[in-house]
Amino acid sequence: MNKPEPLTDRYIGKRQSRSEDLRLLTGRGVYTDDVNPPGVLQVAFHRSPMARGRIRSIDTSAAQALPGVFAVLVAKDLERYQPNMLSFFLAPPVVPVPLLAVDRVCYVGDPVAMVIAQDRYIAEDASGLIVVEYDEEDPVVTLDDARSGVLVHPDTESNVAAATGADELDPDLEEMLASAPHLEVIEMKHQRISQSPMEPRGVVAAPQGSGEMTVYLSCQGPQLAARWFSQAFDLPQTTFRVISKDVGGSFGLKGQPWREETAVVAAALILGRPLKWIEDRLENLTSANQAREQDMKLRVGFDLEGNLIASHADYGINNGAYPHGADSNIAVMMFLWAAHKLPAFNFSAKGWFSNTVGLGAYRGPWALESLAREVLLDRAARKLKIDPIELRRKTLVTKADQPTMTPMGLALEDISPAECLEELLKKVDVAAFRAEQAEARKQGRYLGLGFATYIEPTAGTAGVIVLISESCHIRIEPTGKVSAIVSTHSQGHGTQTTMAQVVAERLGVPFEDITVYEDDSSRGGYGSGAYGSRQAVAGGGACIRAADLMADKIRAIAAHVFNAKAEDVFIRGGTVHIMGAKQQTCSLRDIADVAYAEPERLPEGMEAGLETQYRYCPPPLTLTSAAHACIVEVDVDTGFVKILRWVSSEDVGNMINPAVVEGQVAGGLAQAIGQVLFEEVSFDARGNPTAVTYKDYMLPTIFDVPVFEYLHGASAPSQTVGGFRGVGEGGCIVGPPTLVNAIADALAPFGELKLEFPLTPPRLLELIEGRPIAQKNIPAPKAEPATAPDPVPAAINLPSPSSPQANITSPAAPSVDGLWSFVLSTPMGPQAFTGKLAVDGSVVSGTFYTKGEEASFTGSISGNHLQWDLKVTKPMSLTLKYDVQLEGNQLVGKVRMGVFGTAKLVGERA
Amino acid sequence: MSTHNIHLQINDRPHDASVEGRLTLCDFLRGNAGYTGVHVGCEHGVCGACTVMVDGLAVRSCLMLAVQADGCSVTTVEGLSTGDGPLHPVQQTLREEHGLQCGFCTPGVCMTLAALTQGEQKPSSETLINAMSGHICRCTGYQGIRRAALRLAGEAVAPVEDHG
Ligand code: FES
Ligand code: FES
Repeated sequence: MNKPEPLTDRYIGKRQSRSEDLRLLTGRGVYTDDVNPPGVLQVAFHRSPMARGRIRSIDTSAAQALPGVFAVLVAKDLERYQPNMLSFFLAPPVVPVPLLAVDRVCYVGDPVAMVIAQDRYIAEDASGLIVVEYDEEDPVVTLDDARSGVLVHPDTESNVAAATGADELDPDLEEMLASAPHLEVIEMKHQRISQSPMEPRGVVAAPQGSGEMTVYLSCQGPQLAARWFSQAFDLPQTTFRVISKDVGGSFGLKGQPWREETAVVAAALILGRPLKWIEDRLENLTSANQAREQDMKLRVGFDLEGNLIASHADYGINNGAYPHGADSNIAVMMFLWAAHKLPAFNFSAKGWFSNTVGLGAYRGPWALESLAREVLLDRAARKLKIDPIELRRKTLVTKADQPTMTPMGLALEDISPAECLEELLKKVDVAAFRAEQAEARKQGRYLGLGFATYIEPTAGTAGVIVLISESCHIRIEPTGKVSAIVSTHSQGHGTQTTMAQVVAERLGVPFEDITVYEDDSSRGGYGSGAYGSRQAVAGGGACIRAADLMADKIRAIAAHVFNAKAEDVFIRGGTVHIMGAKQQTCSLRDIADVAYAEPERLPEGMEAGLETQYRYCPPPLTLTSAAHACIVEVDVDTGFVKILRWVSSEDVGNMINPAVVEGQVAGGLAQAIGQVLFEEVSFDARGNPTAVTYKDYMLPTIFDVPVFEYLHGASAPSQTVGGFRGVGEGGCIVGPPTLVNAIADALAPFGELKLEFPLTPPRLLELIEGRPIAQKNIPAPKAEPATAPDPVPAAINLPSPSSPQANITSPAAPSVDGLWSFVLSTPMGPQAFTGKLAVDGSVVSGTFYTKGEEASFTGSISGNHLQWDLKVTKPMSLTLKYDVQLEGNQLVGKVRMGVFGTAKLVGERA
Repeated sequence: MSTHNIHLQINDRPHDASVEGRLTLCDFLRGNAGYTGVHVGCEHGVCGACTVMVDGLAVRSCLMLAVQADGCSVTTVEGLSTGDGPLHPVQQTLREEHGLQCGFCTPGVCMTLAALTQGEQKPSSETLINAMSGHICRCTGYQGIRRAALRLAGEAVAPVEDHG
């Protein structure tokens, strides 16, 4: 020991081989279908063959009679358990979500009955023997159908599932757009995407007989899933324990349990037998919630130098029949211009119900913002004859511009898309490419170069109760081995490795000596698992703090036992070194022996044992930035796109494991390529899915994905403990515009691309050859409409202009004084609260009561129109601007919530 | 329902079984024989996750019936390396190249690469990459799988620069 010892073993930042790989490469992983409790029975669902219809009768007698069938259940058999099908944010649904269809079916694949049998083959045979009689109705399939068609859910006022922003155009903004020297407008339609994890969904529900229900689940986090089941079922006598060892990908799909998993749990509660349901691929492509079906009209005013003047976005997203959470996708609006210098912005965003399978999350659910913005910027650059890079240099918020605020009030302190772009340009020689492109065009070859920049919210916590914190519990076992129980969870993320790297480095023990557990809700504390690119930031921070606490405790014990100072103790390679006149060492096991078995040798007042725990609350948002470039060649004879090069330049903060970071970027980019070129969940006019195998739903193969180049030169540590930034979703957000811009650049001589995705060869040939493609979906014959289509639902509760009673300025308006119950439709789901209002002349004052807290305000009233501001500090400091009308016995209006957009408010007399 | 008696070798051990005619080889290997390393991703022959070796050839076990394996020698990913021994070269290379994330496609990828590199075969990188086009991986973007395939074909792969 002549050389001075470095203080720690270095693991953070290393391309550490993954510990998970040893079991996964040898076929010894444990996925949900690999779990077989004694007596387990198999479940198959009988599903609706039509998109919309009334159930006239269900005959299960032949199915019940088949040998090997244990039970056949329909909705009324599950009535004892009516779980509240919460959103990921644990908000109640805006329409009731049945486990099995009650009276009507709402999409092809809607589960109508479940068969429980000794094996899946028999269960499927029996499912085929169930006879259901329906009265078929005309379905609402597309966004346009939803806007004009009949109600999807008869008890709603309209097909709007969720809305934010303003319906009315803002005259000042319109004036800015109208008078802008250049107005660029794009309209885009994004296709529906199946998350398509290679392992479909699956569940094994194993009742333990004493109020404990063990659920093996393919999910994104066992803690969140256990909390979800517990809150959804609300059974005081039952404890839910969720175990999820290995998961074959998720990408947002498995963020929360849904109808099938929950029906299996309910059936297991009823039957008292372990039940297993493993989704097959047909079910996965038709009945698992899907994502991304959206349209957007984006208008942007520029001056002739390319500076932004104003922008307006009109946005719609198909929520299907039963979305995981009714959603107008406010994050699209939050991030559309978040990194750009834009003086004025407004929007209208709506989620629409339809007779299709519900909306779920998919990697970067708000990604359309980057696609719309980056494609529009390139288009404007071409028209204004400005280099697209120069245009971005003008419009992007740089480091020098910060701190600043986004148009929607989000604070920016350390974003760096402009700096990432400059790094990128060191590797991509644009001038050389332009020369090559010109040369190639002479030979009839069409090369294109596309750029895109973006920022990404990672480890977001603001206002989302399920995302506030992650926990790490560290134990030095009596054997001296280290166990870390972390609320992270891997569906391929490799968190067992990355969290062990963090603990190993901070504690000073070999990586191999650490076992990370994240598979069992009963083993550790609450955390959301994998959601919103949070695990390095939130889980990593928790591991750092818990390991530091453990190191402090070990140092304190060693100092006490060896009569040294704590500063003279350090841990390296799993050995405790005590510096001083005579250097001594001891093992962690020696310290554990004292801590567990000889508490009298511990420092005064110290708790016995060697366990520490830290629950880390990261900042409300940690922003990751990137700039990407790609080069393509489009074959103008076939319409095929070949990607020749792809370079990414990212600011990901400190990296725990660069190979894992790059794996996340690459996986996201491959999914981006699939979205732009191949993948589409398609339906015919009757709402029948037309891509139900992997021969029709085309995922990218190794031939479609190029070798990616990565640059991390612009990376700067974030403000979090550890300085990490999230990286899980970015490739899937910045990838699509990068590729679309490259294709648009290649085909610029032919005109502008029609922004309908995916950009299949026929669609590209339409531009190249200047002719429209043949109609893809030949409308199917219509069934007899069961009810006359009624474009204005009778139930809609709006004043009719011709009806004098509804005149909202009527002087004989009733008073607003008294108690009200309000429902505010926020992006996180509906929030209910009560309030007391009192009017004195033109002044209205009031108090709101929610979760034991009160907030008071005063504002103004004029006729039936009331306005007031309410300051809140949770989830962050915000001023909520209320603008409401008294309409009959209701208070109806909207609340501007700063960065969270605008929400609808409805009040009823309490 | 017809049942058939079959006799086959699985990972070098003899197996006798009585199976229904319609039972797929993948369901037999997973459910009856307990080799859960055989993964089922699509059941229609596209994803490649269920690939095993039958008499030395890579085969999609979702497209083959258990009765058709009567008299055959089947190797699953569990048979590539012993439980506590070193990894098979294909597995080792995939590990070093970070060729997997969730691991669901991985057994199939291993089996195809192992089938094409066994014995004295010296496949070109083109052969291996072509074969990999029959495996869908939703996680990795094929970056590590491609590097592993190149290395298994004997090509030098530049070490990834460390940017950390
Ligand atoms: S499960 Fe056999 S190829 Fe997909
Ligand atoms: S590693 Fe997840 S599908 Fe390949």
